[in-house]
Parts: sequence; C-alpha cells; structure tokens
Amino acid sequence: MATAFKDEHSGAHTPVHSEAVVVRFAGDSGDGMQLTGGQFTLSSALAGNDFATFPDFPAEIRAPIGTLFGVSAFQINFGSSAIDTAGDQPDVLIAMNPAALKTNVGSLREGGLIIADTGEFNQRNLDKAKYTANPFEDGSLAKWQVLAFDISALTLEAVKPFGMGNKDALRCKNMWTLGLALWMFDRDRQPIIDWLNAKFAKNQVLADANIAALNAGHAYGETAELSGPLKQYHVDAAPAPAGLYRTVTGAESISYGLVAGAQLAGLKMFFGGYPITPASAILHHLSRLKEYGITTFQAEDEIAAICSAIGASYAGQLGVTSSSGPGIALKGEAMGLAIMTELPLVIVNSQRGGPSTGLPTKTEQSDLYQAVYGRNGDAPMPVIAARSPVDCFDCAIEAVRIAVEYMTPVMLLTDGYIANAAEPWMVPELESYKPFPVEFLESVPEDGFKPYSRDHKLKRPWVKPGTPGLLHRIGGIEKEVDTGHINYSPANHQAMTDIRSAKVNGVADSIPDQVVEQGGSGAKLAVVGWGSTYGPIKQAVRRQRAQGVDVAHIHIRHIWPMPKNMADLLKSFDKIIVPEMNTGQLKTLLRDQFLVDAKPINKVSGQPFTIAEIEAAIESAVS
Amino acid sequence: MNDMTPIKATTPKDWETDQEVRWCPGCGDYAILKAVQRTMPEIGGTPENTVFISGIGCSSRFPYYMETYGFHTIHGRAPAVATTGDGDALSIGGNHTMHLLRRNLDCQIMLFNNEIYGLTKGQYSPTSRIGTNSPSTPYGSVDRPATPCAFALGSGARFVARGFDVSKNLHEVLKAAHAHRGAAFIEIFQNCIVYNKDVFEEFATPKGAEGHQLWLRNGEPMLFGSDKTGGTKGIALNAEALTLKVVDVADGDWQAAGVIVHDVTNRSLAHMLVEMPFGEFPMALGVLYDDPRPTFNDAVIAQNKSASEGKTADLGKLLSKGQTWTVAEGHPEI
Repeated sequence: MATAFKDEHSGAHTPVHSEAVVVRFAGDSGDGMQLTGGQFTLSSALAGNDFATFPDFPAEIRAPIGTLFGVSAFQINFGSSAIDTAGDQPDVLIAMNPAALKTNVGSLREGGLIIADTGEFNQRNLDKAKYTANPFEDGSLAKWQVLAFDISALTLEAVKPFGMGNKDALRCKNMWTLGLALWMFDRDRQPIIDWLNAKFAKNQVLADANIAALNAGHAYGETAELSGPLKQYHVDAAPAPAGLYRTVTGAESISYGLVAGAQLAGLKMFFGGYPITPASAILHHLSRLKEYGITTFQAEDEIAAICSAIGASYAGQLGVTSSSGPGIALKGEAMGLAIMTELPLVIVNSQRGGPSTGLPTKTEQSDLYQAVYGRNGDAPMPVIAARSPVDCFDCAIEAVRIAVEYMTPVMLLTDGYIANAAEPWMVPELESYKPFPVEFLESVPEDGFKPYSRDHKLKRPWVKPGTPGLLHRIGGIEKEVDTGHINYSPANHQAMTDIRSAKVNGVADSIPDQVVEQGGSGAKLAVVGWGSTYGPIKQAVRRQRAQGVDVAHIHIRHIWPMPKNMADLLKSFDKIIVPEMNTGQLKTLLRDQFLVDAKPINKVSGQPFTIAEIEAAIESAVS
Repeated sequence: MNDMTPIKATTPKDWETDQEVRWCPGCGDYAILKAVQRTMPEIGGTPENTVFISGIGCSSRFPYYMETYGFHTIHGRAPAVATTGDGDALSIGGNHTMHLLRRNLDCQIMLFNNEIYGLTKGQYSPTSRIGTNSPSTPYGSVDRPATPCAFALGSGARFVARGFDVSKNLHEVLKAAHAHRGAAFIEIFQNCIVYNKDVFEEFATPKGAEGHQLWLRNGEPMLFGSDKTGGTKGIALNAEALTLKVVDVADGDWQAAGVIVHDVTNRSLAHMLVEMPFGEFPMALGVLYDDPRPTFNDAVIAQNKSASEGKTADLGKLLSKGQTWTVAEGHPEI
C-alpha cells in the first residue's frame, strides 16, 4: 500500500489529500486503545475509505500500569484505493505513555508523526518503560516529527464540569485523542457521539463527559493547526461497487457464515464451545442469535464442547465447535469419532502462536499439520482456510456444505489476525448462494436399511434417532462395510480405511479449480499462500509485477483435498515460494502431494508479514 | 381427528439385538443387561425413542446389545444417556459426569462399578480399595477410592440410587430412575469375575447377605437383617454426633428403637446414607435420594423460545445490522 502521507505544506483549513495513511494507537492495556481504534475504523468506513485493521494486544487483561508488556495497540491502514493489509509502517503513532512509545516507535516510518501525552511522561513511567532519559529531551526522536503535549491535563480540563474523580476523568483521555484524530483526518464526529450516547445510555454524565473530551480533542486540532506541526489530511473515498456496506471482523463473518450455512442446509445449529482466545468471539456472537434456530452451549471443557456438537449432529442438527490450537488438540480424539461415525461437524480453529499456550493473542498459521494430519489413525478430514475477515463468510458456508454433503467433520482454519481484524464488507445477497438442503433417511429403503451403505459420493445415510424402523448403533470402533456392525477383520479394516480416504478425496469433485490471483500459469515464479497472508502477498506481487517481474499469486482455500488442477498448475512454474507464518507447513504439504520444489518463506514473530518482506523474498527468488 | 397409533407393548425379547454378546462368561454385565431389557417394557419404552450412549470399557459395549438407537463414544465422554463404568465416569470422564449432574440433563446414568479396569486387563480404578493389587499397582494401590454416590450428590444430583448386578430389585431401581425427570444416577455394583471376582461378595449375592443390605423404600423404616443374621436391626440417628447408628429392634417395635423412616427428598439424610462405612453399617441400596428440579433440557428450550419471541430469523437483516453505508451507482469501481 502506498503510504503517501506527506508533510507538504498547504494553506490553513485546506486538508492535504493523501492516498493512504497508516495510524497506530498505542497505550496501556487499560487505556481503551482497542475501543478507540474500533471507533476510528467505523469513522473510516463511513468516510468510504477502504481499510484493514490490526488489533495487537497483550494476553494480560490489565497488565501492571505503565509496563512494556502491558502495551495495547491498534493499527489501521485506510485509503482511497484498495487496501489489503494493515500497513507495513505507521505514518502516525499516537502514544499514550512512555511504554507505548518505546515499544512502537521503532516501526514508525521515518519522518512520521508522533503524538504523545506528556502528562504520562513522568519519572515513574519513564523508569517503568526503561527510559534512562526523557526521549523528548535527548534527541532520540530526531528522525520523526514530534507533537508532545499534556493530553491528560487537557482532558481533565475538558471534563471538569461533570465533577468526576480524577481517575474516572482521565479515562476520557482516549476519547480526547480520538477527537484529535477525527479532526486530523477530516472526519464527522456525529457517529461517534451517537455511539457514546448509546453506550452510556444508563449514565448520561459519562456520555456527556466523553463527548466533551471528544469535542475538546477535535477543537484542539483546529487551534493547534494554526501554530504547530499538526495538519489536517483528507483521504478520499475508495472506489467500490455500488451496494450496502458494513464493517466486519473475521469472528463476526464466520458466525454469520455458519448461520447462513445452516439455513442453506435447512438445519438447526448446535454450537458447543469453551472460552479460549482468540476464538471466544464466535461463541459470543452466536449465543445472541437464538431466533435463527441456534443453540449455544458453553461446555465444561473443549472435549465436552466437541462431543456435545457430535451428539447434536447424531440427533439431526448441524453440530459446530470452535477453538484455538490448544483446544483443538484436546478435541483430537473426538474428531476421530466424528470421522468414524461419519457425522457432519464443523470445527473452527482460530489459530494463535504455539506450541502449548504459546502466544494467546498473537497470530500464527502453525496448526496446518494439526488440521491435516493431527489425529490418531488414518483419519482424513477436509480442511479449508479463510484468507480475510470477509472471506470467512463464504468459507463457513463452504465448510457446512462439505460437512453435510459428505457426512464428515470439516476443519475451517482462520487465525488471530483474521478473527480480530475488521474490513469493509458489501453485505451479500443470500439469494445468490445455492441451497444444499439435507435429506434425512426416514423409512426403510427397498433393498433394506444399512447404516453404512453409501451413495455415489460415498456418503452414508443420516438418520435421526426416533425414526421407527431404522434403529442402529454407531461408535468409534471399526465398522463392518455397509452394516456398521463391529468388525475387526483384516479385510474389512482395509476396506473401510480405503472408503474413508476415498470419500474425503472425492470432495475435490465438488470444489472449483484453483485460480491464479495475479499473473498466469507458467510464470517464472509463483508465490503460493493460504490464510491471512493473502493481503501482503497480493500487494507484494502487484508491486513486483508493476516493475515487470514475472510472478504469479496463488492462494489456496481448499487445503485438503486440494483442487484437482493443482498438480499441473504448480508444475507450470519455474520456481515456487510459500510465505507462511510457521516453519513451512504448506510447503511440506505441496512437496508431499505434488513433488514440487516449493521453497519456504517463514515468519513466526506473532506479527503478520509486511509487504516489504514478501517483496524481498520475491526479489531474492527471481534474482 | 386422526387416530393415534396404539403403542405396541414390547417384551424383553424385543430389546435384544442380533449381535453376539462379547462379555466374559459369568460377567455381572449379563445380569444388568437382562435387568434393563426386562425394565424397558415395564416402563412402556419404545425402541426408536430410546438411545443408549456409552463411553469405553467393558460396560460400554452395552449399546450394541440393546435394540434401540445407540452410540458407543470415546473414553470418558459418554455423559448424555449413559452407560459408563467406574473408570470411564469417575476417572477420565469425571469432569463430564459432574457437569451433567449439576446441569440436570434429563437422562439416566448407569455406572457399572466393578472397582477395576476390566477391558485394559485389570488395573486398579478410582473406586478400588486401598491396597488393591493390580498390574499397575503390584505393591498395592495407595490412593483413596472415590464413593460414586457421594460424588454424585456433591455434584448436585437430584436422583441417586444403588443396586447390584444380580439383585432381583435392580429393575425396580431402574424404573424409579426412569420415572425421575432430570439426571438420574444409578451405581450398579458389578462383579468382574476375571479381574476382581467377588469383591462385593459380602453384600451383593442374591441371597444370604440380607444382614448387609439396607433396601431403602420411601416412607418405610430403615430395617435390615433377619433371624439368620442375629435379629432385626435398624438405622437410627445419633443426634449428638450428627451421624447414623445401627440399633437393635426388639419385637418389631422399630419406633421404640428410634429407627428413621426413609424420606427420599431429605438431602442431609442422603449424604449420611452414601457415606455409611460398609462393615460397621450395611450397604444402602435402592433409591437413596429423589427430589426433582427443573431440567437443563427444559431450561435451554425455554430460553431459546423466549429469546426468539417477537423476532424473525431474517438473515439479510442480521447481516446489515449496525452502522452501514451505501455506495451509490456511478461511484468509481476498482
């Protein structure tokens, strides 16, 4: 993305036009930075900008005040042309305390603007942030523009009429800052005022105080512009197809996609979950949608969560469960049960940094092996991966479709970045999705009832308990072909293992051919990605192609089984690189499945790839 | 009005599957299976509306032998409509058993307690007594056993009962469990003839052990024993120590002896009954506690209904909820 945020001069009151700007709000975990970022995002949406966000917060809920590890940040990249990442480098850093400055200033673009609250730069906080000298005084910030002033004092003054205690009054600092940001980017305050009034509907004093702080921040911008380095910028609306839009996070989009999938299948949904970062948001969203035929169940643990969902599928509903890596590990045995009993089930994995507890709030793509291979026995299961918050909607529908059309558990992979990030979304027309209604077996077929008989897709019949005449027993123990009775015989186990494998491989018959996002087959280099690396790969390939590099971008949604044209497609390229936020898992899969020399490009810092990193990998691969 | 299809009465035979039963010859599980197959017609059950769900272990093969719907799940995870064992329900699956009981899911849990892991060849279980010699505890187990019924009560169970495999009263206990709306917990002492033979011999034989069996019946005095075992005895309250005590009953005058009348809704009494140390006291059998409360099933359905009231499931409306904006025709496209 072009961060054409320039500090060129212009006349007062005439906003400078910029193509795209990256702003990062950073403060203490108790400073309300995520809320501030969220509202600034809304304002960007309403201004018609395209955008991508990156909330980056610590695992601690309220880390000790002023510490380096307690810093919470929210980055947004907004622009008047297509935006696909949250931006490599911020143009503006708003730092609410010394720790926030210290941990974030390194990524600020040279010449970028620091806005900081000097009210928090006292000796105690400087010590906590491990500053030996005040950075505003020792020249260490020389390569950036600095606008440091006492936001704390200005906020206290603004909310003075409301008679709040000092502590509560200072809580309005984030709204003061947001007010200033709204002025800087020429934004309408009214939607935020409406939101504050709604949020604090039960406490008008709090609403009024926050609105006063917001207005004061905005007014400060207008006044300061006349005398200081602060300027107003305007980012035009981005081109977009006509239609109704909203913002959506990955967690929201998955929830809505699951609801839509259940409707397209004509099923009620049962969601069994257990709280875990960053997957809990899906449980929260779905628990409010009971009128859509959704029952949510917060189980006693991850195992009960998936087992209850399997039980619901056995009873004829769409069973869904969701977690992140550590919870997915606990669900492993039960996934095998769903594979063995051939019941539909959707398992959502919002991946985070691992192993073990790892980095609960940071993003990673390191559960691909776990998704494809991570169960005992030969336990094949379809796996699909979403590339962006908006893409989660279609992927969730696709996961439901495969689950019910093939009577199989399906894993849907997203990650912490996608789950939390927001982007604009053109609200889809549901009529454009093809329904895939489920038909339960309700009477004995002419040739008799066999619970493990199969159709042309190798799918077994789905029977609701309570149906007369179709009594049968299922379980995790090996089944006899057709009858489903217990059978350990060598030939039968061979046959059933082959059938389970062939059924899942057959899913490839129902998925579209792999498309090439940019470039075409036969290019010198293919950049093959999956999941949330989509944005940086897309922009990096676009820039490299603009410079004449013969590079193509392939982004895989269907991880297992892969589209049928994948082998021929991959073999058409001279070279293949695979950027992943892991140590090379898709790379292994591609090598194994297609015997191609896929080269890994890896990053496991808990942070998404930057465009520059992928460009560098492309340059190095073609040189 | 349509005529209701009359419910066809079933016989125990109708509840048998065509599957070969694979338990060890002489296993107590056979007797329990028979008792269940005998109980189903008596409670007016219909096979298609019945589902047996089990975990893993010898006991958990149960669903394959009942001509109903059935689900043989994975180790420890059965708690739904459940047949389970001491290992499955109290060790690997103890967590789920506790939560099922506290939630009061409407189902019956039959816990086959044989104080041993049979299917894995005889290791000690969470209910094995201290000193149990087993392949994994060749010098005797050192950890204290769990008391299943005390665990159930502690977890908030509203129905707790006990029986044993070859007891002629077992089907009565099962019937009472079925009649209870909510989670019903039944501990069934089961004789593992291969790995833990006759471990319940002192009280759980069809006859000859009356002196060690206290069959509890609501509204009736807690009497046990016979002439053969040295006369009639009863259970009375030791009010000073707040415990139970065994008293002799002379000439049938149990009132004079202070024998307690069983009240299945008395939770404090239930706590004392499940904790009675065997030996000094008889084994309390039958329905120890039965005091229904609203079930989880009903609460979920009621909430789903009330939360949906007056709302329509319009997905289009849901997707366009909150702050939206419209891009007009003629806006530059990408």
